Amino acid sequence: MDSFRDKLVPVTSILAGVVVLWYVFAVILNAPFQRDLDSRANETPGAVEFIGKTLAQPKPTLPAPHQVAVNFFENTFLRPITSSRSLVYNAWVTLSSTLLGFAFGTALGIIIAVGIVHVATLDRSLMPWIIASQTIPILAVAPMIIVVLAAIGVTGLIPKAMISTYLSFFPVTVGMVKGLRSPEIMHLDLMHTYNASPSQTFWKLRVPASVPFLFTSMKVAVAASLVGAIVGELPTGAVAGIGAKLLAGAYYSQSIDIWSALVAGSIVAALLVMVVGVAGRIVDRAMGGRPA
Amino acid sequence: MTGISPAVVAASKLGLTFQTNDGPVQALSNVDLTIGKGEFVSFIGPSGCGKTTLLRVIADLEKPTSGTISVNGMTAEQAREKRAYGYVFQAAALFPWRTIERNVALPLEIMGLSRAEQAERIKRTLDLVNLSGFEKKYPWQLSGGMQQRASIARALAFDADLLLMDEPFGALDEIVRDHLNEQLLQLWARTNKTICFVTHSIPEAVYLSTRIVVMSPRPGRVSDIIESTLPKERPLDIRETPEFLAIAARVRDGLRAGHSYDD
Amino acid sequence: MNWLKPSWQALLAIVLCVIAIALGAMSKPEAAALADPTASISYPYLGTKGLMLGLAIVAALISMIRIPSLVEAIVLFVGAHLVAWLLISGIAGFEGTALAPYFLLLTAAWLLGWRCVAVLSGLRPMASTARNALRLIIPAIFGAWILIIWEAVTRGAGIPFILLPPPSAIGARIAGSLPVLGADVRQTIFKAVIFGYVVGSGAGFITAILADRVPFLRRGLLPIGNMVSALPIIGVAPIMVMWFGFDWQSKAAVVIIMTFFPMLVNTVAGLAASGHMERDLMRTYASGYWPTLIKLRLPAAAPFIFNALKINSTLALIGAIVAEFFGTPVVGMGFRISTEVGRMNIDMVWAEIAVAALAGSVFYGVVALVERAVTFWHPSVRGG
Repeated sequence: MDSFRDKLVPVTSILAGVVVLWYVFAVILNAPFQRDLDSRANETPGAVEFIGKTLAQPKPTLPAPHQVAVNFFENTFLRPITSSRSLVYNAWVTLSSTLLGFAFGTALGIIIAVGIVHVATLDRSLMPWIIASQTIPILAVAPMIIVVLAAIGVTGLIPKAMISTYLSFFPVTVGMVKGLRSPEIMHLDLMHTYNASPSQTFWKLRVPASVPFLFTSMKVAVAASLVGAIVGELPTGAVAGIGAKLLAGAYYSQSIDIWSALVAGSIVAALLVMVVGVAGRIVDRAMGGRPA
Repeated sequence: MTGISPAVVAASKLGLTFQTNDGPVQALSNVDLTIGKGEFVSFIGPSGCGKTTLLRVIADLEKPTSGTISVNGMTAEQAREKRAYGYVFQAAALFPWRTIERNVALPLEIMGLSRAEQAERIKRTLDLVNLSGFEKKYPWQLSGGMQQRASIARALAFDADLLLMDEPFGALDEIVRDHLNEQLLQLWARTNKTICFVTHSIPEAVYLSTRIVVMSPRPGRVSDIIESTLPKERPLDIRETPEFLAIAARVRDGLRAGHSYDD
Repeated sequence: MNWLKPSWQALLAIVLCVIAIALGAMSKPEAAALADPTASISYPYLGTKGLMLGLAIVAALISMIRIPSLVEAIVLFVGAHLVAWLLISGIAGFEGTALAPYFLLLTAAWLLGWRCVAVLSGLRPMASTARNALRLIIPAIFGAWILIIWEAVTRGAGIPFILLPPPSAIGARIAGSLPVLGADVRQTIFKAVIFGYVVGSGAGFITAILADRVPFLRRGLLPIGNMVSALPIIGVAPIMVMWFGFDWQSKAAVVIIMTFFPMLVNTVAGLAASGHMERDLMRTYASGYWPTLIKLRLPAAAPFIFNALKINSTLALIGAIVAEFFGTPVVGMGFRISTEVGRMNIDMVWAEIAVAALAGSVFYGVVALVERAVTFWHPSVRGG
């Protein structure tokens, strides 16, 4: 765990630096409005009082970290989780469509990858499109999918999950194709000398070889899936979810709300990536991988 | 033995201990060695005997933990800063994004030579290693032997008197290796450079050297130094002469003596 | 039977054609005309029905004879696409009236197209130009069939326009709204994306060099950068809109933030990518930090830097478009998408998406071309 300790000090000091800078910028960015307020109220506060006020505005340009923290704490722990203002509730709405889309996307990605590896026609015709499609701003389609599906009566979880599926299957497909092709010629030749059937080669060689690739691409996919779910919530008329919170915050200039929704989204993302990472490590260990 | 010519490399009580996860490892212990101008000295020994480490200490790529080392009468670091030596690695280590001539030009660029002088030296050194005509090729378009010759040209380009070679032909097949050994001897005869040559091949060491330093591991140390009685003019078939075989046998004995325990 | 080489695609295509013949009417008007022979009802495929079925069956049969693969592919190509073209052009004016045989024939043509691609995939030409051409033709046929099926199904089944317009309508919409699309591209890509991409990538690069000089900074920034790249950064869009206003500056800010971290992380990784031996070599030349950086470490890092530039080209476009969902002046690709969705002008949305896809591919393609030119020496480019 030496490398961990090596990183801990630099990471925490840089994060501390970020917080300090954040406060400095909060004062600078909020100062003009505060000065405006004070001159209208004919007040001339001292420097300390003035700084205190800039860090306690209800709708600041840049909320101070403690304002965000308080808002986050209130909306996470002090509200009943069934309340539509609860961050837990909104995070759950986003998380559920993320997970649904991620599951579908991973399954779809694996199926397509298996097809591409085993059917030459698919490899030559489909693979170029899969690669090309990664250069296309897929997220631009999101609002249309939502609205069109709503027009035929499909609303709620499914449309958002479809966007997540769409975003998450690309990395999985590309990673799995790489993984299923990763066995060396020597190992394939070895299976050949055993006269192994294609399915035996698949299960005993290709699948185990692809597992590390699968988990690496699943980490990318789950993050993409979350982004898809959040963007998918933007055009739904701001009902629920982290994306809806962002949009509502933007409409009513509730900057503190936006920031705490962002924090919630980041925590969800970090947790998802961590869970996938831990799952990957467990599977790797169960398969006799060397502890890194 | 080389009393007349000034020492190019002089090591005294040289020691180097690496700190590893499994505790300290003594890579070099009590090495005393003097190499005179114009010598061709080979370092031979089993892996882990510190022969590469010794070369790297001479090149100031590692710092000794005890004893002293001087190169051209300076500390190793000063010598490196004066660009006193050319170094040839186990692999060619050519930059794939540079043509052969630009690779040879690399040290010259860093030393700030003029364009005209660079061109002149590139031509001369590539002639020296028989690579004329391949100036515009990229390294990956050449065979392994040609790549290694290019890297020797790169080490020769800035005319350092000392050439440090770390198993330069270790990755090549025997036929190419014989050929390059012969060429290297001719080059040495023509340029009168001092060469330190690390190898694990007994015939190669005997064929090339005026002096063979036999080393043994745990701790890495010099166990024998053998003067070669072979003439300076050495055709490849000298390797079948009784004189050659006698020196080879002495080297083999030296290796065995330093290797008393089985492993 | 040595002269026969059956393929399941061709056999199935023939079976489907036979079923189509047995079922009879291709469309509802034709069924009505058959039911009432005295009435004069005009219906599609008056003269071409037999031609289409015949073409499909003949092409399928020829493909199963032992002939050179190239001839087989050409026969299949011509057969499949001629049938598809007749099918699509014939339905004009009778949208939404197609019956089962229409779809059976479409499937048969698609199977022939598939067989064509399969035959082409099996070709191993010696000439490199032919190989390169095949590398383009095979995916092109695949892409064409996506459009063909899309067009034929939306028009044959009469799928509501707002649900999924046929590609031809989208194409017409693009051709008809070039000034609007051009203005949107100018606003979103030439202002927000390019500016944000250059500044974001440049800042990431410079920070990476700084982090390389200061190991403390590197050890701290790398884990943070890795973590941030998993976060939904796009969420800062509303904040940027609040700070920098509705115009392109706020979108550029989002793009800067999104492109910064991939560049930082990749450049730091790339600067560590040069080999030990090469670095020792530079040391034996007593080469200083900057010469080593410029002559060795930056060239060695180039593949990583270009990887970041490619990732960023996609991220920049996504960032700018999505940021426009949070508020824009009345121009811009994201603005157009969100407002036209609201007005149910789905063909305009598709037109905008097609332009975005084209822009994204061109952007990526340019970066990839520059990469090929700069990192020509890398094994992945020079080929193995």
